[in-house]
Amino acid sequence: MSTTLRQASPTATSRPARGRPRTRRSPYPGWFYLPAAVVYGVLFLVPTLASFYFALTRWTIFTSEFIGLGNFVQFFQEPALTKGFVNTFVYAALTSGAKVVLGLALGMLLTSQIMGRGYLRAVIFFPVLVSTVGVGITFRVLMNPTKGAINAALGVVGIDGPGWLVDPSIALLSVAAVDIWKGVGLATLIYMAGIVSIPKEYYEAARVDGAGSWTLFRNLILPLSWPATSTVVTLSLIGGLRSFDLIWSMTRGGPGFTSDVIASVIYKQYQAGFYGLSTAGNVILFIAVTAIVLPLTRFLARKEVEL
Amino acid sequence: MKLSTRSPRWLALAAVLVVGPVAGCSAGSLGSSEEESGGGTTITWLTGVDETAQATAEAIVAAFEDANPDITVKLDGKPAGGEGDNLVKTRLQTGTMPDVFDYNSGSLFQQIAPANNLAPLDDSVVGAVDDTFFPQVSVDSTVYGVPYGTAFGGGVMYNKKVFDQLGLTVPTTWAEFMSNSEVIKAAGIAPVIQTYQDTWTSQLFVLGDFHNVAAVQPTWAEDYTANQAEYATDPVAMAGFQHLQDVHDAGYENADYASTKLEDGMRQLAAGTGAMYPMLSANITTLQSVAPEAVADIGFFALPGDDAASNGLTAWFPNAVYIAKTTEGEALEASKKLLAFIASPEGCEAFGSASDPTGPYLVEGCELPADVPPVTKDVQTYFDEDKQSPALEFLSPVKGPNLEQITVEIGSGIRSAADGAALYDEDVEKQAQQLGLEGW
Amino acid sequence: MSATTTPVPRTASAPGSGGRVGGSRAALYRYGVGTLAVVASVVVFVVPFAFILLTAAMDATQASEFSFAWPRNFQLWENVVEVVQTRDYILVIAFINSVVLTLVSVTALVVLGSMVAFVLQRRVTRWTGAINFLVLSGLIMPPAIVPTIWVLQRFGLFATMPGLILVEIAFGLSFSILLFRAFISTIPRELDEAAVLDGAGPLRLFFRVVLPLLRPVMVTVVLVQSVAVFNDFQNPLYFLPGDAGATVQLTLFNFQSQNLSSYNLLFTDILLITIPMLLLFLFFNRQIVAGLTSGAVKG
Repeated sequence: MSTTLRQASPTATSRPARGRPRTRRSPYPGWFYLPAAVVYGVLFLVPTLASFYFALTRWTIFTSEFIGLGNFVQFFQEPALTKGFVNTFVYAALTSGAKVVLGLALGMLLTSQIMGRGYLRAVIFFPVLVSTVGVGITFRVLMNPTKGAINAALGVVGIDGPGWLVDPSIALLSVAAVDIWKGVGLATLIYMAGIVSIPKEYYEAARVDGAGSWTLFRNLILPLSWPATSTVVTLSLIGGLRSFDLIWSMTRGGPGFTSDVIASVIYKQYQAGFYGLSTAGNVILFIAVTAIVLPLTRFLARKEVEL
Repeated sequence: MKLSTRSPRWLALAAVLVVGPVAGCSAGSLGSSEEESGGGTTITWLTGVDETAQATAEAIVAAFEDANPDITVKLDGKPAGGEGDNLVKTRLQTGTMPDVFDYNSGSLFQQIAPANNLAPLDDSVVGAVDDTFFPQVSVDSTVYGVPYGTAFGGGVMYNKKVFDQLGLTVPTTWAEFMSNSEVIKAAGIAPVIQTYQDTWTSQLFVLGDFHNVAAVQPTWAEDYTANQAEYATDPVAMAGFQHLQDVHDAGYENADYASTKLEDGMRQLAAGTGAMYPMLSANITTLQSVAPEAVADIGFFALPGDDAASNGLTAWFPNAVYIAKTTEGEALEASKKLLAFIASPEGCEAFGSASDPTGPYLVEGCELPADVPPVTKDVQTYFDEDKQSPALEFLSPVKGPNLEQITVEIGSGIRSAADGAALYDEDVEKQAQQLGLEGW
Repeated sequence: MSATTTPVPRTASAPGSGGRVGGSRAALYRYGVGTLAVVASVVVFVVPFAFILLTAAMDATQASEFSFAWPRNFQLWENVVEVVQTRDYILVIAFINSVVLTLVSVTALVVLGSMVAFVLQRRVTRWTGAINFLVLSGLIMPPAIVPTIWVLQRFGLFATMPGLILVEIAFGLSFSILLFRAFISTIPRELDEAAVLDGAGPLRLFFRVVLPLLRPVMVTVVLVQSVAVFNDFQNPLYFLPGDAGATVQLTLFNFQSQNLSSYNLLFTDILLITIPMLLLFLFFNRQIVAGLTSGAVKG
């Protein structure tokens, strides 16, 4: 009885109802897709496919001239490209790794019984709400090597703070730190939702069995909050690979080109009016991100635990 | 199993979906404080949404509406900077541009396909405009725009008090510039202010030097457009890049050049902790806002080249106001009247009442008032003595997108001038190809 | 139950004493860790917020000094008044527009996104892989502005609020579907079967049985999508141009330009537009807590 509905049932709907008053139609009907599919297809898929065509042209927004793969060739000849790719991967790995780990830790902390957790939840989530412009300016000021509060605080303890955003070797890392600051609240929220979704009975049963905190974490919370983990990993990885807003508002890809990522390279081309070239760049970025994320989602889905 | 009641949810959902669009439609009417004048024409002017731009436009509109009571002009806003440029191009392309809008002149004007998107203007509108401005807003011999604002110069703002104290005079050759800097540095003041947190300010040494290039090689701009000239192999053209490197290598920059913004640079200049600031004269507005008490102490001189005799100012043309091609009938007539007003002495006066002039007007009959800041007076002198020529962007459509980053690298010592110039030459290739120029 | 790593519930053979909340160890945890966390949070999270608040209270000249200092002229209220009055109270219009936009599009996103995620997770067909890919591409590929405008114009929806709402729905679906689908796997199929046996059709099954159990993730989606839509500036800028359609993030441009930026007014504006989202979050915060204490009722 418990297995009939679990199997893929594409045939259930095609079998015409003949004297069977129940289960004549699947409870998972295809038309549930319809409204979303219409909106998504018309307003996202169609324009995106149209833009793929423009990636093959020299597009001034007013005229377009077909040049085949010329844009792609030109994109790969971009001088800052290698650095851009390296920066992109480093940035994505750092930010998503930190968000996953910190998000889980904070999620656990904020769903436990500690004092002040209501305030903590609000305060940790607050950065997610502030516009990137505001965050960018705020941290540029705080990270000022001579006047900023961060170096001033470090100076009190006797440490000579570095030039966070002006030293070419650490500019990108500083922006990554701010990105984590801004995004960890979201990861925490998703983790909290995941932890909260675990039924109470499991906790009680585990404790009755004498499970300590670590066993509780490893064998109960981690696997059963897997939906949260996989979502956070996927979202933060995609976000990190595509990240642009914060980097642009904090360093503009500088000093010079040292904190350029692919998204900012594309944006500069867009600003300069190379619309075909920047669309080609987006296509390349899309392929690169998909190549990384798609196998990852398959891997994560396989480890999913069904109740 | 608890089942929460669902019907209120459906009801709420339905209510929202009905109320939403209706509310959205009516929200727009909240803010309009203007009333439709009975039987009059209303046109819309898309201008910058920031305070300065709005204040200036409002002053002009107020004066215009006084002189033309049957026309009402509403203002629409676009973001400043690159986002606004994209918006202009998008709205033109999709045929949704308001009646009138202002935008750059020169090569950027050429990029918005004027013949397809803009309404041509006749003599009744542009009659009073200075001849030198026409090439910047025309395709062949059809004129499309009138100047909005004043011309301005790219050069060096300097603190006159510091110069007086140290007994220095305005340099007319690069050698003098450097020796002045040595004296200033010895006095414990930063000779040259650089502000790389606003990357565009790093370009002045290169862009502001063009007058000196054109003085030696008058056809350089045309050769550049035809890919017959480039920066890396031409020492005269590369001088701008080289100067930037020299200034960095000699340690003449302010210590915090990498982490200061435009406003900080202005403050240092005003306070006298920095002596010279390569800058556009249009940014006198920033100085007025940040350190109004010091405006009388700041002067302006053109970037010097090697030859004192050919020393002169690299000048920027002002933006222009255009009419969209989709404007027709009464709206078109009203828009033309507005443009004619802007290009008239009354228009200049209205402009000057809200926004300080930063150089000469390009409209006949428009004079600068006597109380303009010294920076503006100095710029005007170069125009009066005819010691100025247009910046490269007004003579050639070729400009690469990465110049500011390259100049930041040179000014920070990350890259040499020779490498930077070569890199920029590569950069402009993309732009030239994008424009379909011959020879690239 | 297919989870192999979950301990199987069985009757207690020995009273468990480790890990039970209560006693001095727990109190130490509650207050000690709590205090530590609060102190750390002040340094990490509250300090930047303090900077925003202080700058919002400064006058224009001091704000451009970018220093972390007490305002010389404390004028927070004057700044607020000035910001609200800018350009004929455009901030008020922007708020109304943003609220309408957020309300309608987030409601639609929750309903449509969960419906798709439900069928996607429950019914695996040969199309599932392709659909997953399409959903993922929505997260990866940035929207193509100009072609989207053409499509909207074709339907007469360009520069209208309904058009912008549909655009926000289209761009937000991927995130909603992803999040819902991940959490629907935690709802056992036995519930579905039981409801179907009771005679429930798909609509009743979904809206009355499954969706209520997804409360925590629904709250999360509502919160995150509300923030995304409310804070979006690019879509309103291009798809609902003009002052009548202004949304809150666009008002930030009122205070920024190349020559002159009024940083004090800019930060005041940032504060003003952050507050509604903060209130929304505080409200939903309770929902999360409610979810924690009542527990998801399963099986």
